[in-house]
Amino acid sequence: MKVLVSVKRVIDYNVRIQVKPDGSGVVTDGVKMSMNPFDEIAMEEAVRLKEKGKVTEIIAVTLGGAKNEETLRTALAFGADRAVHVKEEGEIQPLTAARALAAVVKKEGAQLLLTGKQAIDDDANQTGQMTAALLDVAQATFASKIEIEGSKATVTREVDAGLETLEVDLPAVITTDLRLNEPRYLKLPDIMKAKKKPIETVSLADLGVSPAAGLKTVTTTPPPKRSKGVMVKTVDELVAALKAKGLVS
Amino acid sequence: MSKVLVIAEHADGKLNAGVSKTVAAAQKIGGEIHVAVFAADGAAVAAQAAQIAGVSQVLKADHAAFANPLASALDKPVVELAAGYTHVLLPGTTFGKDLAPRVAARLGVAQVSDVMAVHGPSKFDRPIYAGNAITTVEAPAGQIVATVRLASFTAAATGGSATITAVSPAASLPAHTRYLKLEAQKSARPDLQSATRVVSGGRALGSADAFKLIYDFADKIGAGVGASRAAVDSGYCPNDMQVGQTGKIIAPELYFAIGISGAIQHLAGIKDARTIVAINKDAEAPIFEVADIGLVGDLFQLVPELQSKL
Ligand SMILES: Cc1cc2nc3c(=O)[nH]c(=O)nc-3n(C[C@H](O)[C@H](O)[C@H](O)COP(=O)(O)OP(=O)(O)OC[C@H]3O[C@@H](n4cnc5c(N)ncnc54)[C@H](O)[C@@H]3O)c2cc1C
Ligand SMILES: Nc1ncnc2c1ncn2[C@@H]1O[C@H](COP(=O)(O)O)[C@@H](O)[C@H]1O
Repeated sequence: MKVLVSVKRVIDYNVRIQVKPDGSGVVTDGVKMSMNPFDEIAMEEAVRLKEKGKVTEIIAVTLGGAKNEETLRTALAFGADRAVHVKEEGEIQPLTAARALAAVVKKEGAQLLLTGKQAIDDDANQTGQMTAALLDVAQATFASKIEIEGSKATVTREVDAGLETLEVDLPAVITTDLRLNEPRYLKLPDIMKAKKKPIETVSLADLGVSPAAGLKTVTTTPPPKRSKGVMVKTVDELVAALKAKGLVS
Repeated sequence: MSKVLVIAEHADGKLNAGVSKTVAAAQKIGGEIHVAVFAADGAAVAAQAAQIAGVSQVLKADHAAFANPLASALDKPVVELAAGYTHVLLPGTTFGKDLAPRVAARLGVAQVSDVMAVHGPSKFDRPIYAGNAITTVEAPAGQIVATVRLASFTAAATGGSATITAVSPAASLPAHTRYLKLEAQKSARPDLQSATRVVSGGRALGSADAFKLIYDFADKIGAGVGASRAAVDSGYCPNDMQVGQTGKIIAPELYFAIGISGAIQHLAGIKDARTIVAINKDAEAPIFEVADIGLVGDLFQLVPELQSKL
């Protein structure tokens, strides 16, 4: 069984985001970029499924400009066998990404698409679900546990009320949540080996995909600042401060 | 003129509190507001939805396929009912996030996630980068599918009396998906997402046993209980308690962050809290940069003392 894993290149989660003063976006120049953390979790899960013999081939796919090759090399170091780079400069929004992922899933005959539940840059939380709908296959979002038996997957999902369990037939799209696994640290030999693995480059047009009309960003602003708080020294002072604000009686 | 269809979330015959907040966002868009209830038997939920002020009609779609909130059973029926509406709004809960993109994809339109302010029928504010930037976006021409960031809206009033209309969109259970079970945390405590007071504990608690300190304090002041990702990952408390960018976004009047460092991903969930109180032994912890009241010290001493003095 082939599994496809989508990996997005985003600003590293540790970076303090700076909004450009002219409102045109956030500063990306000279900023550390990494694989979206949820996609690392998806990669890790794919590798574990392969180690368990449930998966025969892992294909990583990214959409974006030339620099996304770094993200694919990371995926290959995790253990992807090969990679597909849908090369398009400029912003790619979820519906377009979903159309492209659906096309790659079909082209590869992948039985499983693993995506992150959300990209930590746009925080959209859309692409996996959109892809599942476009492919008319089962979806299980926000997965914290995946068990594959034959052509079925049993997925535990983190929902607001607790943990929900679905059984889905493959092919399916599963989106990963934080507690699915803890991604491994990449070792130097794996990083070296990844350099030799094949990356196929295609365009949206090659995939027969036309970009969807997207949201237009009018302006980007920093969030409102919270006013400076006070430090208290004792519990009594804390109680007094809460009382002064009318928060406790 | 706008015509907005709000998709109701519900469980056990009760309308989710997020629905009236979603209606509040719809009111900002303006025009006519209808609520659609998909259920096996939606009578009770439809009656509750009909009482939300500003809603003129409730569409009640009863079908066995809607017994559980399955996105792949709901998307086509939503699309069918959405004909004639300018907007389809869903609450920004795991239910709404699971379903909305499928509806948008089937309609072939972009989705606006986590609407936090409405500037016009197609112009919205939404957070990106864990709320460290806010973008104003303009949706392209066509129907608009959006989820609503619940912490940004005050629930619409009650006292409405919408008409309830039975509708029957084509429905069937998808052959590829079986709903097995929901393991819900039953708790008598206020619901995290609507509580006016919330007490959250972090990695500092050190064990599930020690986390009782947080529950006890919360119970003393009638608060809901939350947690950082580290506390959930370490198994001190269940997953549905995680507050943050990838957990629940909350807006209580009073928030206690206890033994939580204040990572940006955690702060993303509490930006709308009215008053943030932080207790942490590290005076340099980033949580103090956003706290309205900060107290440096050992939580294992300070929290019981605070509890006894409130
Ligand atoms: C993609 C992604 C998404 C994430 N989403 C979320 C999210 O939604 N929510 C979330 O919370 N995190 C999220 N995180 C994790 C986040 O980055 C932090 O790792 C996490 O919030 C840290 O939890 P913490 O503050 O409990 O632990 P720590 O950062 O370890 O902080 C513990 C704090 O306790 C203090 N302390 C220790 N002992 C005591 C004591 N006896 N008394 C008082 N204070 C004490 C320490 O000084 C320290 O500040 C996410 C991370 C990633 C990569
Ligand atoms: N440009 C992209 N390249 C690769 N994967 C993507 C891209 N955009 C979205 N995805 C995938 O879709 C998931 C959800 O993204 P989003 O819907 O943008 O929050 C991500 O975690 C990725 O797995």
